[in-house]
Amino acid sequence: MQERLQELKADALKQVEEANEVKALQDVKVQYLGKKGPITEVLKGMGKLPKEERPVIGQLANDVREEIATAIETKKQKLENEALEKQLEEETIDVTLPGRPAPTGGPHLLTNLIEEIEDLFIGMGFEVAEGPEVEADYYNFEALNLPKGHPARDMQDSFYITEEILMRTHTSPVQARTMEKHEGKGPVKIICPGKVYRRDTDDATHSHQFTQIEGLLVDKHVRMSDLKGVLNAFAKQMFGEEREIRLRPSFFPFTEPSVEMDISCKMCGGEGCSVCKGTGWIEILGAGMVHPNVLEMAGYDPKEYTGFAFGMGPERIAMLKYGIDDIRHFYTNDVRFLNQFHKA
Amino acid sequence: MFVSLNWLKQYVDLQGLTPEDLAEKITKTGIEVEGVEPFGEPIEHLVVGYVKECAQHPNADKLNLCQVDVGDETLQIVCGAPNVAQGQKVAVAKPGAVLPGNFKIKKAKLRGEESSGMICSLQELGIDSKYVPKEYEDGIFVFPEDTDAEVGADATSLLNLDDVILELGLTPNRSDALSMLGVAYEVAAMLDTDVKLPNEDVQITDQKASEEVSVKVDATDLNPYYGAMVIRNIEVGPSPLWMRNRLVASGIRPINNVVDITNYVLLEYGQPLHAFDYDRFGSKEVVVRRAQEGETIKTLDDEERTLSSDHLVITNGKDPVAIAGVMGGADSEVHEGTTSVLLEAAYFDPQTVRKASKDHGLRSESSVRFEKAVDPDRVKRAGLRAAQLLSQYANGEVLEGVVDHDELSYEEAVVTITTSRMNHVLGTNMTDEHIQDILRKLGFSYNQNGEEFEVSIPTRRGDITIFEDMVEEIGRMYGYDDIPFTMPGGEGNAGGLTKHQSLRRKVRHYLEGAGLSEAITYSLTTEERAQMLISPDVKTEDLRPVHLAMPMSEEHSHLRLSMVPELLASASYNIARKQQDVAFYEIGSIYVSEESILTKQPNEEERLSGVLTGSWVSHPWQQEKKNVDFYVLKGILEGLFDLLDLESEITYKQAKVEGMHPGRTAIIELNGKAIGHLGQLHPALQKEYDLKETYVYDVDLEALFAAVSDEESYTPIPRHPSVSRDIALVVDNDVKAGDLRKSILEAGQPLVQHALVFDLYQGEHLPEGKKSLAFSLRYLDPTRTLTDEEVEEAHNAILEKVKADYNAELRG
Ligand SMILES: [Zn+2]
Repeated sequence: MQERLQELKADALKQVEEANEVKALQDVKVQYLGKKGPITEVLKGMGKLPKEERPVIGQLANDVREEIATAIETKKQKLENEALEKQLEEETIDVTLPGRPAPTGGPHLLTNLIEEIEDLFIGMGFEVAEGPEVEADYYNFEALNLPKGHPARDMQDSFYITEEILMRTHTSPVQARTMEKHEGKGPVKIICPGKVYRRDTDDATHSHQFTQIEGLLVDKHVRMSDLKGVLNAFAKQMFGEEREIRLRPSFFPFTEPSVEMDISCKMCGGEGCSVCKGTGWIEILGAGMVHPNVLEMAGYDPKEYTGFAFGMGPERIAMLKYGIDDIRHFYTNDVRFLNQFHKA
Repeated sequence: MFVSLNWLKQYVDLQGLTPEDLAEKITKTGIEVEGVEPFGEPIEHLVVGYVKECAQHPNADKLNLCQVDVGDETLQIVCGAPNVAQGQKVAVAKPGAVLPGNFKIKKAKLRGEESSGMICSLQELGIDSKYVPKEYEDGIFVFPEDTDAEVGADATSLLNLDDVILELGLTPNRSDALSMLGVAYEVAAMLDTDVKLPNEDVQITDQKASEEVSVKVDATDLNPYYGAMVIRNIEVGPSPLWMRNRLVASGIRPINNVVDITNYVLLEYGQPLHAFDYDRFGSKEVVVRRAQEGETIKTLDDEERTLSSDHLVITNGKDPVAIAGVMGGADSEVHEGTTSVLLEAAYFDPQTVRKASKDHGLRSESSVRFEKAVDPDRVKRAGLRAAQLLSQYANGEVLEGVVDHDELSYEEAVVTITTSRMNHVLGTNMTDEHIQDILRKLGFSYNQNGEEFEVSIPTRRGDITIFEDMVEEIGRMYGYDDIPFTMPGGEGNAGGLTKHQSLRRKVRHYLEGAGLSEAITYSLTTEERAQMLISPDVKTEDLRPVHLAMPMSEEHSHLRLSMVPELLASASYNIARKQQDVAFYEIGSIYVSEESILTKQPNEEERLSGVLTGSWVSHPWQQEKKNVDFYVLKGILEGLFDLLDLESEITYKQAKVEGMHPGRTAIIELNGKAIGHLGQLHPALQKEYDLKETYVYDVDLEALFAAVSDEESYTPIPRHPSVSRDIALVVDNDVKAGDLRKSILEAGQPLVQHALVFDLYQGEHLPEGKKSLAFSLRYLDPTRTLTDEEVEEAHNAILEKVKADYNAELRG
């Protein structure tokens, strides 16, 4: 009987070995381990054996069964793995083919820049104030110390609609309006971005429409050193930590003193090059201490309150930053231009 | 303003600073130097030569053979200039010299004769021909006889070729620097040194000017001071070389000594003068008055000009002889034969000069200075200075006295400053000594009481009238670089964006993520475009596009009432450049008014608009390609309304809108009120713009944002499962999916949460004129699990309702 079992085991293992698909294994399993299989037969005949041999044969028969079952299971695993590998191999794709394009929208360069500047000043406690583009002469000029007939009105030839209404020439009227709303009390701390209009013929450096960002801080103890501090923080965040600023005297009717702010030239590090016209400095914005007439007209007592204001042109900053050579690009909406700045 | 440094040195010690360093200092303390340009190039081997002999070239008619003494030798030079002659002192470039343009002078043979150098014209030495005096225009330059030029001496400095010119960019307040003296004061303050003033002492004759001329002013308000001097026995000729050099360096062409002297003093003092030919003046009386309406004068430029009573004229008691401060008359102009001069030094009202200069399109060195108000203290002095120069350089005899009308009262303005207030505004820690020191440098006198200074402002600085003006003076002289960096104190503001501004950013970011590119177009457009494609929610009977009073061009003459027409133009621009796919959005204002003449500002309404054309998805190797269509655009807008949590308040109504495709346009309504539209552009307009199928949209952002709730709400995730059922309904072709859906949702209340169209079918197996619309429905009760019976009941209610409303049948 022992021999019979060993024989069965050898036959079964051989068949397992030869099987090359799961189905064949299933057959082997049924053939040898099934209820009517030879091992069961052997076990049935155990009654004829002497009592003391029975456990030995029983043990052996169980071992044989287990060994065959394990062999079948191992082989099955192996076949299944092979089948899976084969299937995955067949599923291989060409990873070098192009992907499905994702949407490629994005902001306009100017909007992006304006938002960046807004966020910089919001970080310093400023609010964003907006106002009408079609303005009253009063807010655009008179409230800013530019009475009718003032020679400086020549500086910004304007698009008038009627004698009293015009396209605003700067965003300063928003400052005048905001101060007026505060009725002479408390701090005003705003930046005013927006579109402005001048009576210019469009060419590479002029545009009848462009954008401006102006800032205003009016409070009881605003000093020119505060203007320097705020502009310095702005310049370093906007143009790089290593940029220096300098202020030099200038003139605007609504500020006194008035200054221009330059930053040190990035191209040459201040040595002088073609970008900075050899001076080492690049003009970025105009600023100054709010003129007492402007404060007074808005209802603030200039003896109690002082303030500073500044104004800059996003187009100019963008042109400097990216080396854009023609201001008309900003308004032509050529997608080859727009798309370049979606990543900016 | 051009400033010759060689000239400036006469008034201020420049302390050996390089032109660049000086420019940098001037820019930092007060006046922007826009350019530092060498006037010429110093030329080696350029000397003064004396033409000893000048004979015709034996082999050439138009050439001369000159023997030129250049000090250490005599050179034979062939010269083609018609004005070369024996006895002249000329500029000789000896062999080895290099003229501008890298023109090397070498020994050469010209038509068989040796030539060792070149006798130069001013143009050949690098001087712009527009500054070359007429007599040397077509020939060589000849040193005037009285020039102190030794034969053989270096000619570079004699011709001022070693000068450097600073170009000052003057702001309107700094007209004091429209004169060499003004610049000298500025530079002297900066370098802490003194100004050496020019000589104004005049040799006079015994004869009194008042015997030869009288002065009467009939408009004192416009002409508070008029001074006349008479200079006799003048010899008109060239002015001295040094004066001509300075005029040329300042950008003024020398004419003759009389004209050059008035121009020279104008540049030196900033005071315009006028020299009349005394004998051609027409009378012995000067009468200044307002012009009569329609009166005419022929000015120096030979133009006949018609005057009005806004203009001030100088007359001879009868006829105008000059437009005050702007230009003299042709009849009394100084000419070669002039022997007596009537010299005018006056103060004219700035506004009046400005008006006349504008009306006649005449901006001159004179008018520019009068317009900014001249220094009242220098008017008379400038006249004396000119008289002095005329006696010295034109041999004139100055009659005694200035005949004048003098109602010009002026005093030095007094501005009081305190050290503490100065520090308070500048953020500095200056001491009283700092202030004293700066005032001394500026040349401002003052009375001091403790920390209070009463500062007297010199008349040359008419721009300083209030405390803040002195803040600028003290600040810039202290040095803006030395003001510290501080951050503002005061109440801490949070800063930030308004709800509207935040929402605008949110919308922008969504649209960009959805694949749209932001465009920015001009607000000013053509009259035609200003009236095109106006959204139905904007359009009214009385709408009037706002237009400019004086546009630069028709192109930008009217304010837009829609951004779409200009966006279409941008799309068209791209397509013409082979960029076929355009998907734009723009956020901007339209300008709404019903007035034909504005009495108040128009309403500025912020809108969201855009244009889409071309391909939307393109992934060819996977056979995926989709062009923009109505539903692509609608999907983007639906996503937007969903983002703002307004999707349940929005409906789309089929509509006919001017300029739009009649069957593919919808009005967008928010709670039943139109807020914009979307759809396909009318094919006729597409053609006009050279566009293929194009979709546009225009939405009122303000109405949209006003409806956005401030509350941040949260709907809990349902704990009970929902039940999904599909339903396919057969209806007439003209039944709108949106209407059908509305019926379903109404009938399904409160269990139906969701009804989505997932299929649209027309054709085979359906009767003619019918279509099948399939919806996917979701039933949910958030409080419990629904039973089949409940769902069935609700489903049947829906079927009944759509049958009743639209005769809809369940598709078999
Ligand atoms: Zn540089």
